[in-house]
Amino acid sequence: MTGTFALMAWPVILPLLGAVLALLVGRDGVRWVAGVASVATLTAVVVLVWKVATDGVLHQDLGGWGAPLGIAWRADGLAALMLLTVALVGSLISVNALDHFGSREDREFLPLWLFVWCALNALMLSADAFNLYVTLELTTLGAVSLIVVRRDLPGLEAGLRYLLFALPGSLCYLLGIALLYGAYAALDVGLLAQRVQPGPVTWVAAGLVTVGLCLKTPLFPLHVWLPPTYTGAPTPVTALLSALISKGSYYVLFRLWLEVFSPVLDAEVGQFLGVLGAAAVLWGALLALSQSKLKRVVAYSSVSQIGYMFLLFPMATRGAQAGAIYLVVSHAAAKASMFVAVGNIHQAVGITDLGGVQGLAHRMPFTFLAMALGGISLIGIPPSGGFIAKWLLLNASVETHQWWWGGVLLVGSLLAAAYVFRILRGSFLPLPPGVEVRSIPLGKELAPLALALLALVLGLVPWFPLGLLSVGMAR
Amino acid sequence: MNPWVLYALSGMVMFSVGLVGLFTHQHVVKRILAANIMGSGVLLVLVALARRVPSGPPDPVPHALVLTGIVVSVSSTALGVALARRISRLKSMDAASSRTGPEGS
Repeated sequence: MTGTFALMAWPVILPLLGAVLALLVGRDGVRWVAGVASVATLTAVVVLVWKVATDGVLHQDLGGWGAPLGIAWRADGLAALMLLTVALVGSLISVNALDHFGSREDREFLPLWLFVWCALNALMLSADAFNLYVTLELTTLGAVSLIVVRRDLPGLEAGLRYLLFALPGSLCYLLGIALLYGAYAALDVGLLAQRVQPGPVTWVAAGLVTVGLCLKTPLFPLHVWLPPTYTGAPTPVTALLSALISKGSYYVLFRLWLEVFSPVLDAEVGQFLGVLGAAAVLWGALLALSQSKLKRVVAYSSVSQIGYMFLLFPMATRGAQAGAIYLVVSHAAAKASMFVAVGNIHQAVGITDLGGVQGLAHRMPFTFLAMALGGISLIGIPPSGGFIAKWLLLNASVETHQWWWGGVLLVGSLLAAAYVFRILRGSFLPLPPGVEVRSIPLGKELAPLALALLALVLGLVPWFPLGLLSVGMAR
Repeated sequence: MNPWVLYALSGMVMFSVGLVGLFTHQHVVKRILAANIMGSGVLLVLVALARRVPSGPPDPVPHALVLTGIVVSVSSTALGVALARRISRLKSMDAASSRTGPEGS
């Protein structure tokens, strides 16, 4: 395979091949196969990103069939940045997940993660509304299998709950796409963007697509499934869910809104999404503040952080777009780091209460350093990816004379500071007597630190991701 | 009224009935079935849209989409049912062990 197609196909084919091979080989071979597949995929993604950064947007009609009949793939700066995020964050999470389970689950986790990775890469590259539905479903089914990998009752119930909320979400999306096809006879995102006109069909379709994707992302008040699912799933899987899988549906929403819907919808709809986002920021942070279980604090923090990403819709300037995507990327790194750190703490002391962290900072320095650095990014203290994201959004709120969104950002950051400090405060106290701390392999302690450093680096060198993002960005 | 409008409207009705069912029922099997009804509603809308232009052959694209949709729907239903079965088996084992074992509760 040569040319554009090869560049875009390898990031999808390699994890798929790796997953199938990893299922076939025995217990000992899984790590090798998955490791080789991961490194190969990462390399393919880096090559694609480099190509997009130097040569601009890549476009490919699969099988030589162009739109309107065929399925198109497109890699612009946004897609490239998301592919890179998934590759880096996902690899680090799966490194940490080794030996997290028993040997059987360990053997199944890696192939399942490779399947999800394949689906996510295909999702980022699709420029076809129906292909986006298919890849979203593949991601969902893969995610459910990951959630239930341990086959215990909490995990199974969390998986079924996730499935039963994700299904109506994707069906709403599919109905919206069906209506769009009925009205405009197009599925290709570019063609839809040209053809869509204001009118009742477009409004209903946009509503269905938006509700469906908000349910999957999830945006307040559709977030009710998130905390129990995130708590029931094994911790490495929760990290994948929060950092990457929930971003898949947000990415689709972002794409369709900015390229197809927002030119034909009234500004009030964007304002409405902004209000929901603001409510999510505040409500999620308040709930995070009131939890007593460590993992629930971090889970509710996701509800809050997802809210920020919807502040984009009322402002919709280029700065706000960049800010929202920057938040997606830095949240992926920071939140993954925090969940992985929580997993390490659970493994070391077996305590899930917030009070259980007392004295642990001395025994697990890297884990708590990761937690602190991840927290810095969530709060938005410079220098961190979270800071750059919030700065861009704050600027956009001033630019568009909508200062209240800036106020939401600041109050949300204060609340985030409160819940992060609540986790960290106890960890510096002396270790209470009688607590046994199992030692954690160094590799497992370094994985969350690497993720947290990634969030930090995003704040130090913002020009690379921001430059990449501007490649082929709409308007 | 064109027959395709009737089909499309029926599809919308099925979608709504399924949606309501999914969020009002507690029983897992009923919820999975409700999701299935929703899905069939969407597919019916797609089939109907293929016949929008009464003269000439039906549009093949929605038919292709329906086929893919059926595959997705079968897989997700199978996964849901498998999970539900496993959960009910684990729960009945828990219940049995708490009845017989002294330390079960």
